[in-house]
Amino acid sequence: MRKEIRITGTGGQGIILAGIIVAEASGLFEGKNVVQTQAYGPEARGGASRSEVIISDEPIYFPHATNPDVLIMMSFEGYYKFHSHIHKNTVKIGDSFFLGLVQDLEKDIILLPFTETARKVLGKALFSNIIMLGAMSKITNIIGIEALKKAVSDRVPERYINENMKAVDLGIELAEKWKSEHSS
Amino acid sequence: MKKLFSGNEACAEAALLAGVRFFAGYPITPSTEIAEYMASNMPKRGGKFIQMEDELASIISIIGASAAGVKSMTATSGPGFSLMQEGIGYAAMTETPTLIVNVMRGGPSTGLPTKGTQQDVMQTKWGSHGDRPSITLSAENVKEAFSLTVRSIDIAERLRLPVILLLDEFIAHMREVIDIPERVTVYSRQKPDEDPQEYVHYDDKRNYNAPYAWFGLGYKIHLTGLTHRKDGFPTNKEEEIRWKMKRLRKKIDDNLSFLEDIEIIHPERDNIIITFGSGSRPSKELVEGDEQSKFGLIRLRTIWPFPYNTLETLLKGKKLVVVVEMNEGQIEGEVKKITSDKTSILGIHRVDGELISPDEIREAL
Repeated sequence: MRKEIRITGTGGQGIILAGIIVAEASGLFEGKNVVQTQAYGPEARGGASRSEVIISDEPIYFPHATNPDVLIMMSFEGYYKFHSHIHKNTVKIGDSFFLGLVQDLEKDIILLPFTETARKVLGKALFSNIIMLGAMSKITNIIGIEALKKAVSDRVPERYINENMKAVDLGIELAEKWKSEHSS
Repeated sequence: MKKLFSGNEACAEAALLAGVRFFAGYPITPSTEIAEYMASNMPKRGGKFIQMEDELASIISIIGASAAGVKSMTATSGPGFSLMQEGIGYAAMTETPTLIVNVMRGGPSTGLPTKGTQQDVMQTKWGSHGDRPSITLSAENVKEAFSLTVRSIDIAERLRLPVILLLDEFIAHMREVIDIPERVTVYSRQKPDEDPQEYVHYDDKRNYNAPYAWFGLGYKIHLTGLTHRKDGFPTNKEEEIRWKMKRLRKKIDDNLSFLEDIEIIHPERDNIIITFGSGSRPSKELVEGDEQSKFGLIRLRTIWPFPYNTLETLLKGKKLVVVVEMNEGQIEGEVKKITSDKTSILGIHRVDGELISPDEIREAL
């Protein structure tokens, strides 16, 4: 089993940190082989940011995602640049705050209000990446919630652990709500 | 303890565990995280980190620290590595163990700071003038960024030579899980047991794997980049010059089997891919786990000294040898020296800062 996850967004949204957390959740706490890479340099400053994680039971040789199984789009730029590099079973998840414009165009993108929820419930948009990770884990089952929570609490500053745990739970709730609305 | 580390972090942590207690450098992308890790962790382990004014000063100061008995290293990338060449020759001539990590980016000149290639292979051998004994290792993943850092330090200390570890932007910035041991074992130089009055710094019996003194112990040591006698003072006498050059060459020639380090996968197959560093990542997709594959693989962990004899034996009678490297054919040239006309050589190159993909190799074949 080889799973490729591509997380895209804008510099400052914690895209690379989100990739690192996924890699640690899977690699340190679930015993998988992982490789995490990111777009590095000028292209990642202010503009489109990208982080990739490959997860596998087998050794991972080629370290880049060629055909992601999961594509996360946290900004319109991320959508614009990467939405066509997918395969037919790619799970596409987007932040509705930035991708609202394409709602009617792209029916198969799972649009969830990561940024809006972060602002409303936790008071800061910067929790949107952690909320997204909670939702992604619930929807794709590529990483377990336990492992995700361990990885998040290891990576974030101690005084923000509670808020980040809350962020994971908010993401799970968003995913559950989406699932119940779409199970027929 | 298991950690998700980037190649740069793994390299820095390995050096600290191997006992490096002096790092001098001038941060440069894509090697900066090594200096960063050293800046925050070296003081905690009782060592010194200095950000120097440039790379000329960086290499010379690590030579100084090593001559005073402290395991020392620097890390840089292409432009900085060019500036260090004179110092690398000086480390070789004075037989001062040092580790120079070159995290390759795109060249020539300032080139591509944030993108990886493997264009400095020949520079690690011939970048510094003169017939210098060159030792270069190359890592393919984060685990090896760790283990080959330890081995580079071990080799440098044993052979009293500078050792160059080649990483590239891909390996330096990718994160993988590695198991960090509590301690690592490396050769550490021993003090000589002679009377300081009788000590000769370049005595024949202390060329490699032997005790030698460092500054501050009370032994007489004279270091110069000029060709020198056993006592370290300059000479112009042919016989003494021949002695010094032979002494340097012997460090490599006598230790070839210790230095040689290649990974060999399915050498019995008709065709062979030769690669090193991150070039092995796409290459292995074609070789590993595919029982039908017509390709075996040879990967150089030690690039210099080049394993001419071993490769000549392994490549005898092969139909096709494919050399995968992110430069314009630097290792391909070495492979051509040892293959006959009956073997076709195909170089697969890429120098635009992106990793060669498995599909590119498949198409080229």
